[in-house]
Amino acid sequence: MTPDELEQIAESEHAEQGKFTQRVNVCVAAGCLSCQSQSLKDSLEQEVSRRGTGDHCQIKGTGCMGLCSEGPLVSTSAGVLYKGATAADSSAILDSLEGAPVERLVCPTDVPFFQRQKKIVLENSGVIDPERVEDYIGAGGYTALIKALTEMSPREVIDEVTRSGLRGRGGAGYPTGLKWSTVAKSVGTQKYVICNADEGDPGAFMDRSVLESDPHRVLEGMLIAGYAVGAAEAYIYVRAEYPLAIKRLRNAIRQAERIGLLGSNICGTRFSFRIDLRLGAGAFVCGEETALIASVEGKRGTPRPRPPYPAMEGLFGEPTLINNVETYANVAPIIRNGGDWYAQIGTEKSKGTKVFALAGRVENTGLVEVPMGISLREMVFEIGGGIPGGRKFKAVQTGGPSGGCLPSDCLDMPVDYESLAKAGSIMGSGGMIVMDESSCMVDVARYFMDFCMTESCGKCIPCRVGTYQMHRILSSVAAMTATPEDLKVLAELCDLLKHTSLCGLGQSAPNPVLSTLRSFGEEYRAHVEDHKCPAGVCTEQPVGEPA
Amino acid sequence: MASYVAKPVPPNQDKRWKLVDATIRRQGQQARGLIETLHTVQEAFGYLDEQALRYVATSLRVPLSRAYGVATFYHFFTLKPAGEHTCVICMGTACYIKGAPQLLDAVQRDLGIRPGETTPDKKVSLLTARCLGSCGLAPAVVYDQEVAGKVSTAAVREHLKKWTHA
Repeated sequence: MTPDELEQIAESEHAEQGKFTQRVNVCVAAGCLSCQSQSLKDSLEQEVSRRGTGDHCQIKGTGCMGLCSEGPLVSTSAGVLYKGATAADSSAILDSLEGAPVERLVCPTDVPFFQRQKKIVLENSGVIDPERVEDYIGAGGYTALIKALTEMSPREVIDEVTRSGLRGRGGAGYPTGLKWSTVAKSVGTQKYVICNADEGDPGAFMDRSVLESDPHRVLEGMLIAGYAVGAAEAYIYVRAEYPLAIKRLRNAIRQAERIGLLGSNICGTRFSFRIDLRLGAGAFVCGEETALIASVEGKRGTPRPRPPYPAMEGLFGEPTLINNVETYANVAPIIRNGGDWYAQIGTEKSKGTKVFALAGRVENTGLVEVPMGISLREMVFEIGGGIPGGRKFKAVQTGGPSGGCLPSDCLDMPVDYESLAKAGSIMGSGGMIVMDESSCMVDVARYFMDFCMTESCGKCIPCRVGTYQMHRILSSVAAMTATPEDLKVLAELCDLLKHTSLCGLGQSAPNPVLSTLRSFGEEYRAHVEDHKCPAGVCTEQPVGEPA
Repeated sequence: MASYVAKPVPPNQDKRWKLVDATIRRQGQQARGLIETLHTVQEAFGYLDEQALRYVATSLRVPLSRAYGVATFYHFFTLKPAGEHTCVICMGTACYIKGAPQLLDAVQRDLGIRPGETTPDKKVSLLTARCLGSCGLAPAVVYDQEVAGKVSTAAVREHLKKWTHA
């Protein structure tokens, strides 16, 4: 593959696409597929072949269009977005390509949910066919890789990423450029690149959507990273629970190998790179980098103390670069448009955009990409469209089991790494769950503690025993049998876990408890002192031992 | 040294062991291929039993304890055969606050089993998931690999009735 050949592929793809004057894009990502979008697509195709308009009307399966709650979503070349369409609507949709839109299916796009977004990571989602590399190349794909390989030194690539201010999108926000340069400087016979696609946070589905909608973007980011740090082998550690993402990744890797973008001597340079998949097997702790490495090595996914950091001693004892899916997805646009372009977006310390999975008690649920620094109020009430049923907003939960619940007085806070941490939560990987007054915060804290207790790997005692004890106290609070003394012990345990656990799972397990204790302390007191659950979720009952 | 170790013989004539052998070969018969190999076994046979674990451990030259340790550490692996149908209820945060616990309650009561168990007639297995990533469609339930969104208690009961009375 040479730069000219890539251009040729792009040109022939443009010529191919140019033949079609009409186009219907049907979302075939997991969300819409479970709303029968495949049968809709099949029926559209049948209808096109019945009408004999196949020469100028294209039916294309694409990635996620964002508004997952209204699926299946369909967009047409007439610039109309349809929601909730079924196979029976295919004839009407095809008619509308030349006439008036089908009113009953129209999904308005001039609303904040679509208007307030800024798409970098998701720029191709819902536009290109995720199963065709030609479509990705036609949309400018792999030009960043060619640029890096032919015009830039590895040092320059790292400088560009550093200048962009990109920070790890897995949640902790470690500066990506710094991580890359540490791995680049490390000495080892072989270096590895790993993509963390073990999206374990309940309530987060950004990575799944990116992998299903635009898998080549992640491969391109990993290739550039491999070139920058001097690695020749890479692994994508992806959840076995995401069969569609796995299928599309496998397909994408095969395609990239076929056209010589993966393999030996890529673009006639000395750079060789191979990517292999490793399937996770349902252990939340494997999102932690040292546990993930153990799992790639075929062992139980238990973390180990750091240092040495994976950048020095990682996979098979060699220097290893680990980044999250979304981090890699940001790399190609940064190389294409320059780090300065990226650094203009966002806030002073948090650059660029962030993809959030908006879910819970909110009108519009789905996937959104917004510039860093947007306020929580805009997220919930403008993009999210507010709380359904005229109920009152109570809290928004970010960061999953490692994050916290932010009450209404945090609504005007900007969404960036520092502000969220200051408010007692974390950015996390991007799950954002809105709760209204029907949720009991004690119950929510217990839910997350149950999660951490079950997912604790058992290696260190504070986490193994502490999460169990905290869960027991929270269960007794929910059953209204706790004493004020228990709440004191609970707070002490929070402190203990935070400071003495081995890895991030245990250290951050108290966050949901701490944040709800701080902002919703009166709910805890109502359970303990008045034996009442203000939200009416918990019922007074004798507790058994937690399962 | 490796040449002294005779290649272990599959537990029986089942053709599916060929798939397992292919994965073992692809992983270079190395211990690092343990999880990948267990995935293949589970995909082919539906679950991991003792003879499968013994065979994989011997083939990859790891102690049986390590194979068993890995198989029980990860939730995705199961050591018991599943029922004819499986019903997975998502307990992710979005589903949880949109009523997944009520769904689970209803199913548990109807089937008389707890998550991870199979009905005595081997018709239905009940499982819970940490998060399916279908949060936009909460609460979500997977009926035999098919994800259904915005499921009501009545709908899940109706669906299960079809299975148990079939």
